[in-house]
Amino acid sequence: MNPRLQEALAQVPALLADHVLLSAAALLLGLAVALPLAVGASRNDRLRQFALGTASLVQTIPGLALLALFYPLLLALNSLLAPAGVALPALGFLPALLALALYAVLPILRNAVTGIVGIDPAIIEAADGVGMTPRQKLRLVEAPLAAPVVMAGIRTATVWTIGAATLSTTVGQPSLGDMIFAGLQTQNWTLVLVGCLAAAALALTADALLGLIESGIAQRRRWMVGTGLIALLVGVTMALAPLVLAQSRPDIVTIGAKGFSEQYVLARLIGGQLEEAGYQVRYREGLGSAIAFEALTRGDVDVYVDYTGTLWTNAMRREDNPPRDVMLAQLSDWVSATRRARILGRLGFENTYAFAVTQETARRHGLQSINDLAGVAPQLTMGTDVEFLNRPEWASIRSAYGLAFAATQSYQPTFMYRAVESGRADVITAFSSDGRIAAGNLTVLSDPRGAIPNYDAVLLVAPGRADEERFTAALTPLLDAIPVEAMREANYMVDRDAEKASPAEAAAWLAEQISR
Amino acid sequence: MDRKNGPAVRFDGIAKSFDGGASFAVESVSLEIAGGSFVALVGESGSGKSTLLKTINRLVDPSAGTVAIAGEAVKDQNPADLRRHIGYVFQNIGLFPHMSVAENIMIIPRLGVSETVNTVPELLDLVGLPADVADRLPNELSGGQQQRVGVARALAGEPGLMLMDEPFGALDPVTRDQLGETYRALHDRLGLTTIMVTHDMAEALLLADRILVMSEGGIVADDTPEALLAGKGGAEANALIAIPKGQMARLRALEMKS
Repeated sequence: MNPRLQEALAQVPALLADHVLLSAAALLLGLAVALPLAVGASRNDRLRQFALGTASLVQTIPGLALLALFYPLLLALNSLLAPAGVALPALGFLPALLALALYAVLPILRNAVTGIVGIDPAIIEAADGVGMTPRQKLRLVEAPLAAPVVMAGIRTATVWTIGAATLSTTVGQPSLGDMIFAGLQTQNWTLVLVGCLAAAALALTADALLGLIESGIAQRRRWMVGTGLIALLVGVTMALAPLVLAQSRPDIVTIGAKGFSEQYVLARLIGGQLEEAGYQVRYREGLGSAIAFEALTRGDVDVYVDYTGTLWTNAMRREDNPPRDVMLAQLSDWVSATRRARILGRLGFENTYAFAVTQETARRHGLQSINDLAGVAPQLTMGTDVEFLNRPEWASIRSAYGLAFAATQSYQPTFMYRAVESGRADVITAFSSDGRIAAGNLTVLSDPRGAIPNYDAVLLVAPGRADEERFTAALTPLLDAIPVEAMREANYMVDRDAEKASPAEAAAWLAEQISR
Repeated sequence: MDRKNGPAVRFDGIAKSFDGGASFAVESVSLEIAGGSFVALVGESGSGKSTLLKTINRLVDPSAGTVAIAGEAVKDQNPADLRRHIGYVFQNIGLFPHMSVAENIMIIPRLGVSETVNTVPELLDLVGLPADVADRLPNELSGGQQQRVGVARALAGEPGLMLMDEPFGALDPVTRDQLGETYRALHDRLGLTTIMVTHDMAEALLLADRILVMSEGGIVADDTPEALLAGKGGAEANALIAIPKGQMARLRALEMKS
């Protein structure tokens, strides 16, 4: 078998189990909310309008945004609950569960209300006439008659939930989406495809089993209902098994990674070091930039790599641009004082924003520095990653050089490089440690005014691990050990189109370079 | 299955408005229905007859006045409990489509009140249906058979009082006639009190012991079929009787011609 496919398939079982558990829990929660609400709504016109209106409104929020919104929401809730000594996890399972459950409510609610309200009024009159209490009426008449319609709603909700659960990767909850996001970043299409197909197969299987139950209810065949229920139960139990077994395992380290190749490679490098020191590790990959740091300070992630300039502007909210040693010193103090986390030290390379153009563009416009760029910017289109335009660095660079582009366009990093090579973008905000700058023969424009902050890669350790001798000792060999050339090479191994390496392979190569 | 007479029903100043007092569907009705009698409530659509009937089993609660069954005011009784002891049959039948005929018939005992002694075959026999329909679903039966099941369901709670709201209104004339006669025989045999709403004066004249004519929420005539046929019921009653009488006269004339 193709090794790439083999590697992708090896990731499926664990992620599938997480995906099943998350989807099942979200659906159960959705049902627990939607069904009682539907009963209330079927008896009260005003509640019906309100509930259906609210659920429809929720449905219009894009899944990715809904997941992201639960993060600040839970943080706010935590600060409210702090006096009571309660701390909810703001990342991982909980926000994913809540967002997906909210998503599942509408189809179930809508169908259940339709199912109950649509019952022939004569049947309801008969139920009242024979002396059923409201509860008996619900149990003996309304529930069984509405059941097929409700089941159809549950099927819709199930397919939606399983699909949307792939997005939970972004809030740090593992799912089949991990493969899709990681594959997209590293241009490993096999990984993307396997992740998508596994999610689709799961959705189709769940839908078929629920369909069996639905037909069983409609045709009054108990064996169909029973078979469907047992199969669903077996599936969830199998997904639950590794979790129950894992509970007995002590001390698993969670390694975080943001959503780009370098982060995937470094996470594996860190993982390798820790495994060598005897730790069990797991990965939370594809985290949003702001989420990663918060996750670390809350202990949801034990260790990850961030960049000084990012923390300086986004976490510390500073706007000045001091020399790199001053920045690191102040940052370290701030991180330990306010978050009790620890910056272990620099890895040795910088991954800063680099304004890059093709050599042809550089020649045509005579570009060497960002100063030169300012003059011709109104004729050019700038391509950036999805975060850059909203980052404070962009505001300061723009005002330092007076940049005004004809148009701006955001891309996933992979496609950003494609865009400048194909001419869809004239200049891109590349990353200085990215192998694709050299591979694409791009020219990096200098920053004579020093407007771009330092982005030294630093190793961050969570509060709970900051004083753990064995832990920090395992990571110390990585400090000041990775020159930018080595990082570029490792990144390029993952990013290039031919003979691609997986992040784990690139990390192994990098580890070899370090030990030399 | 022989029994004593069913209970008496008494209306005392019953009024019902569905729009907060702007208009009244029923306006100050006071009368007593003797136990064991078969009373027909006749009137045009919108005359308030169904509303008045439903105040008895509290499907409608009156805006004013009291209804009493055997001397006990219904408003003091739990509605569900009250209804399990009153038979209710209506035009749209309302059999539960997901339950077999037997399950439909035994629904009132299942709701946990009556220690009924009647079995499904006995009840089916009572309404003139063969025992083998018990396992069928309602939609496998004809309309007439369905309403027979509806009557059997109402009887399963061993009620003394039967309320019937246009019970045979949706049936074809032959079935309607048969079922009417079957039911009248049951009424006599079980000693029931029956109050039947109908807009068909001929049906009322042929089945009932006493006819109440309603118009615009009030009772405008209250007499035996014989007295009404003799024209003692007043203008509204005479107008309603004139229809079947006129039809009869035309049929007779047609017969004479041939």
